[in-house]
Amino acid sequence: MALAFNRQATKRHDPMNPRKSNTLLIVMVIYALYTLVPLVWLLFSSTKTQAGLFSSFGLWFSDDFAFFDNLAATFSYRDGIFLRWLGNTLLYVVVGAGGATLLATMAGYGLAKYRFPGRRAVFAVVLGAVAVPGTALAVPTFLLFSELGLTNTPWAVIIPSLISPFGLYLIWVFATESVPTELLEAARIDGAGEFRTFFTISMRLLAPGIVTVALFTVVATWNNYFLPLIMLSDPDWYPLTVGLNQWSNQAIGAGSQPIYNLVIMGSLLTIIPIVIAFLLLQRFWQSGLTAGSVKQ
Amino acid sequence: MTTDFTATLGSTGIRRREKRDWKGWAFVGPFMVVFALVFLTPLAYAMYLSFFQEKLIGGTAFVGLDNYVRALTDSQFWEAFGRVLIFLVIQVPIMLVLALGAALALDSARLRGASFFRILIFLPYAVPAVVAVLMWGYIYGDQFGLTANFNDFLGFDALTPFAKEWMLVSIGNIVTWEFVGYNMLIFYSSLKTIPTDMYEAASLDGAGAWRTIFSIKIPSVRGALVIASIFSIIGSFQLFNEPNILRPLAPNVITTYFTPNMYAYNLSFAGQQFNYAATIAIIMGIITAVIAYVVQLRGSKTEVR
Repeated sequence: MALAFNRQATKRHDPMNPRKSNTLLIVMVIYALYTLVPLVWLLFSSTKTQAGLFSSFGLWFSDDFAFFDNLAATFSYRDGIFLRWLGNTLLYVVVGAGGATLLATMAGYGLAKYRFPGRRAVFAVVLGAVAVPGTALAVPTFLLFSELGLTNTPWAVIIPSLISPFGLYLIWVFATESVPTELLEAARIDGAGEFRTFFTISMRLLAPGIVTVALFTVVATWNNYFLPLIMLSDPDWYPLTVGLNQWSNQAIGAGSQPIYNLVIMGSLLTIIPIVIAFLLLQRFWQSGLTAGSVKQ
Repeated sequence: MTTDFTATLGSTGIRRREKRDWKGWAFVGPFMVVFALVFLTPLAYAMYLSFFQEKLIGGTAFVGLDNYVRALTDSQFWEAFGRVLIFLVIQVPIMLVLALGAALALDSARLRGASFFRILIFLPYAVPAVVAVLMWGYIYGDQFGLTANFNDFLGFDALTPFAKEWMLVSIGNIVTWEFVGYNMLIFYSSLKTIPTDMYEAASLDGAGAWRTIFSIKIPSVRGALVIASIFSIIGSFQLFNEPNILRPLAPNVITTYFTPNMYAYNLSFAGQQFNYAATIAIIMGIITAVIAYVVQLRGSKTEVR
C-alpha cells in the first residue's frame, strides 16, 4: 500500500503545483457545455422571428436576423409594459435588497459585537425560523397582508424581501473575524457614539461581507417569483419574472396570441443585468463567501 | 446561567470584558421587528388558521385537529409528498455529487482555466428560476425546441420530456442546472479554508491525489456538505416554481397537487380553502424541520468520530 503511494508521489515534483490534467479538462468542458447550452440557445433564439423559431435549428441562426426588431417589439408591446416591469423590479431590488442588506448588516454586527439581554433568544428564533419553509408561510402572509390592505401594493413584495437570515449569519461571522473589539473600545473612549462608529469605521471593515450579502439579496429579489405572484393581481405592479410568465402563458388556450419572440428577448434582457453584476463584483463576493465559510 | 451562554457564544472570539447592556438592541431591533412581521406573525397565524374551518352555516368554527386528520388521510397530499420525496432522494445526491466533483476539480490545481470554469458553472444561479424554466420548457417542447430538432433528426420521438414518466426527470434536470453552481461555490469556499501545510504533510507521507481527496478534502468539507444537504432538502420539499411554470405546457401531467406546495397554493388561491392550505403548510414545515434537524445531528455526530 504505502509503496504504491510512494511511487505515485515521486512522479509529482511539487505537490502545490502538479501537472495539469487533460482528462479533468475534458470532463469540465462537457459540464460547461451543459451549463451553456440553454443560454446559447436563448442567444440564438433572440435573433429569430416567430416563424424563424419554428423553422430553424435551435443552436444556430435562422435566415432572417430579427434581434433588433425583437428588442424594439419587446419594449413597445402593450404601451411599453416591459419597461414598467423593469422599473418595478428595480424598485423592489433597490428598496428590498438594499433594506435587507442594511438590516442584516446591522443585526449581524450587533450580535457579533454586543452582549445584550435576549441575544441568545434572537439566535435561536432566527436560526430556527430558517428551517421553516419560506413558501409555507406564503399563504398566511398573504392573508395577513390583505387584512392590512397591503396586497397589490409594492409593499407586499418589498417588506418580506427585507429579511435575509443568511445575510445575518454571514455578517455575524464576518464581523466576529474582521472588526477588532479593541478598535470599537478606542472609538468609545474617543467619545464616538455607537452608530457613528458603526457607519464610519465598522462598515468599512465589513465591506466585502456587505457586498456579498448585497449581491445575494439582489439576486433573490430580482429573481423573486412566488411572492409577487401571490401578492399582486394588477399587472402594473408585476416584476419582470411574473410578467414574463404571463407573456409565456399567452400562447396557451383558445384564441391564444403567442409572442414567443418577446418572451425570449425579455428573458435575455432579464438575465443580462444580473450576470453583469456578478461578473463585475466577482472579487468581492468570492472573498466574502470564503470568509463566511470559515465558521463551518 | 449567564456565564454558561457567554461561554457558548463566546467561542466566536468576543472579549468577555465587553459590557452587557441594551445597546445591541439598537442594531438588532430593526431586523427583529420586520422579522416578527414577516416570519413569526404569519407562522402563528397559520397555526391559528389550522384549528378552524369555514362552515357554510355559522361562519368560522373551531375544529381542533380535524384539518390535520383530514390531511393525514388525504391521498392527494400523500401523492404530492411521495413525489417530492422521490425527487429529493434522487435529484439531491446527483446535484451534490456533481457540485462536489466540480469544486474538487477547481481546487485541485490540475485544471487549466479554473477561474473561468468557476464563474461559468456558477452562472445559472444568477438566472431567475422563471427564465430558467421558460428556457428549458421551450427546449423540451416539440415545436421549436432542441428536443424537436433531435427527434426530427432521428425521425422518431426519442425524447419525450413532458411524458408522465419523464416529467420528474425533466424537472430534476432544470433544478440541477440551476443549483449545481451554488452548491459548488459552498464546497469550493470550504475547500479553500484547508491549510496548505495539510497537503504538504500528506504529500510527504506519500499520499496521492485520490488519497488526499478522500482522507483530507472530503472530511474537511463535511460541515459544508451538511449545510448544502439541508438547503437542498428544504428546497425539494418546497418545490413549486419549476412545476408551476411548466404546468401550462403539460397540464395533464402536472396536476394541481403535483407537489405539496402547489397543492397548498391551489387550495387557497383557486379553492379558497385557506384553513386547510395552512394545515398542509404547517405539516410540511414540521416534516422539513425534523428532517433538517436529523441531517444536522447525523452530520455533526460523524464529524466528531
